[in-house]
Amino acid sequence: MNLLGQSFEIAREENRALLIGYLTAGFPNMERCKSAIKAMIDGGVDLIEVGFPYSDPVMDGPVIQQASEIALANGVGAKEVFEIVASSTVPTLVMSYWNPIEKFGVDAFAQELRDAGGCGVITPDLTIEESQDWIKATQDSKLDRVYVVAPSTRDARLSKVTSNCSGFIYAASLMGVTGTRSALSGAAESLVMRIREVSKTPVAVGLGVSNGQQASEIAKYADGVIVGSAFIKLLLENGDEQEANRSLTALSQELSEAVRR
Amino acid sequence: MSTDLVGHFGKFGGRFVPEALVSALDELAQAHQSAQEDPDFQFELMELHRTYTGRPSIITEAHRFSAYAGGARIFLKREDLNHTGSHKINNVLGQALITKRMGKKRIIAETGAGQHGVASATAAALLGLECVVYMGEEDTKRQALNVARMKLLGAEVIPVTTGSRTLKDAINEAMRDWVTNVETTHYLLGTVAGPDPFPTMVRDFHRIIGDEARAQILELTGRLPDAVLACVGGGSNAIGIFSAFIGDKSVRLIGLEAGGEGLDSGKHAATLVGGTPGVLHGTRTYVLQDEDGQTKESHSISAGLDYPGVGPEHAYLYESGRAEYRAITDKEAMEAFALLSKSEGIIPAIETAHALAGAIKVGKELGERANFLINLSGRGDKDVQTAANYFGIPL
Repeated sequence: MNLLGQSFEIAREENRALLIGYLTAGFPNMERCKSAIKAMIDGGVDLIEVGFPYSDPVMDGPVIQQASEIALANGVGAKEVFEIVASSTVPTLVMSYWNPIEKFGVDAFAQELRDAGGCGVITPDLTIEESQDWIKATQDSKLDRVYVVAPSTRDARLSKVTSNCSGFIYAASLMGVTGTRSALSGAAESLVMRIREVSKTPVAVGLGVSNGQQASEIAKYADGVIVGSAFIKLLLENGDEQEANRSLTALSQELSEAVRR
Repeated sequence: MSTDLVGHFGKFGGRFVPEALVSALDELAQAHQSAQEDPDFQFELMELHRTYTGRPSIITEAHRFSAYAGGARIFLKREDLNHTGSHKINNVLGQALITKRMGKKRIIAETGAGQHGVASATAAALLGLECVVYMGEEDTKRQALNVARMKLLGAEVIPVTTGSRTLKDAINEAMRDWVTNVETTHYLLGTVAGPDPFPTMVRDFHRIIGDEARAQILELTGRLPDAVLACVGGGSNAIGIFSAFIGDKSVRLIGLEAGGEGLDSGKHAATLVGGTPGVLHGTRTYVLQDEDGQTKESHSISAGLDYPGVGPEHAYLYESGRAEYRAITDKEAMEAFALLSKSEGIIPAIETAHALAGAIKVGKELGERANFLINLSGRGDKDVQTAANYFGIPL
């Protein structure tokens, strides 16, 4: 079994959901990005999702857009993304819009990410219909392939998309873009139930999750909880590295306790 | 050309979108196809074109302008005379009717210069739809008059303050709105770009330009033109006129892109001539991008051509060689703008002036025995201030 599979297995044995934390590569800068990831891991984040900053992030709300703009201004490209991945001490995935991967070279991207120690890629704007080269490249490099499904995804399609996922399935909790929300809709739970009907792959829920209470609700029915914008916000609000990292660790601890059933 | 099930033109096109949008795109593709096959829909749209748009648009022969183009005979397809002043209304009315057909009550649109935003606001007013237009903050300042027009028509205009604050970012913001409100909202995309079915659907609504023009020119001259010319930003007016002539192998199809300050300056919007294949805004096409796949900012004196992508069918026509594409600089476009104004009494949109500059070049190459058809895609009222500044006319 691969790394992601093992992580979900362990969490299941411990009767908890897995906590997945997102950070944009090279934000706020390369060194602080690495120390922030360490702070998140210290607080109990199980898996790290490294965002490849992109100029046109249509799935992202204002918080991650701002982090992406800062990272791009820092000159972050694929090499820097791999460097951040290599610095992480827990299983780590990359989240990337499709064009940067295609521009780098599909096979080369998969291979170099694997060489850097990455275990998978989340592709938020790659449809199954356009995935032929990607499926082959990820198979060759033994990377997990994570697609995002949404409450609007119909059953027939849900089965088609999830059958191409490995590692886990990313279930969007609501119709919308990334960013913290004060309340979650009931859409997430019914989506996870529909996924269970067609797939045995673990399901992680993301979009809008920002605090322990929400994480605890999701952990009741999902295998993983994904938190992104809430971490980025702490970094945007706090320019002092140590203070910011302390707040990242504190949020990670809160979330990590919340995902225990 | 016809597309496959997921909307490819050769290796271009397709769908690169969040999964959340796929069911809406499927629904739209189905609505478009059933509308195409429904005589009642076609009748309703043609009646609107006849009684509201002002179709068919006429053809004007540019006798005096011809002297600047090597003496070639030049025929202008007058889309500038349409209601709202450009070809954009053809697509907007079609999609607004499809919105009603799908039972949706809210449309969102992106706009650069404001022409598509004004056309969308117009259609929304006519058909009783709610309308929100996303416009880059920079563009709202450059095109304040069009912002006022949209508001007068009852639309809400949201200035976009992210990224480069221009058309590209307005499209991003419209996509984010759509992902969130897709149940109730139709994204009325204004060009032949974006994910399938937009490139096909928008082309189909603009094909009326080419169909009319082909019949008109045959009646006028008894033969097909030697070349059909049109400006290309996203490429909707060009694909509209080209599509009726693609099967006529003797007719050269020439698209004129915005060369800005020149290709070598890096400050241009000539996506085909100066870009590389990539993915942008949901489709695989040519893109202005850096070595990391990040979209570069485009530059053009014409806000309507100032876009770092292009419709995927143009990418296909370019690589297959069926159509040819050239870059026209800001300077060349403004010279043609002045020439047409003074020789024919027609002030064209600056976008359209790129096609006229192309005719001057190609005319000199082919000489006086050539016949050209030019899509005069829009009028220049909106550009008076830009042109006055350019030519040093005090306001």
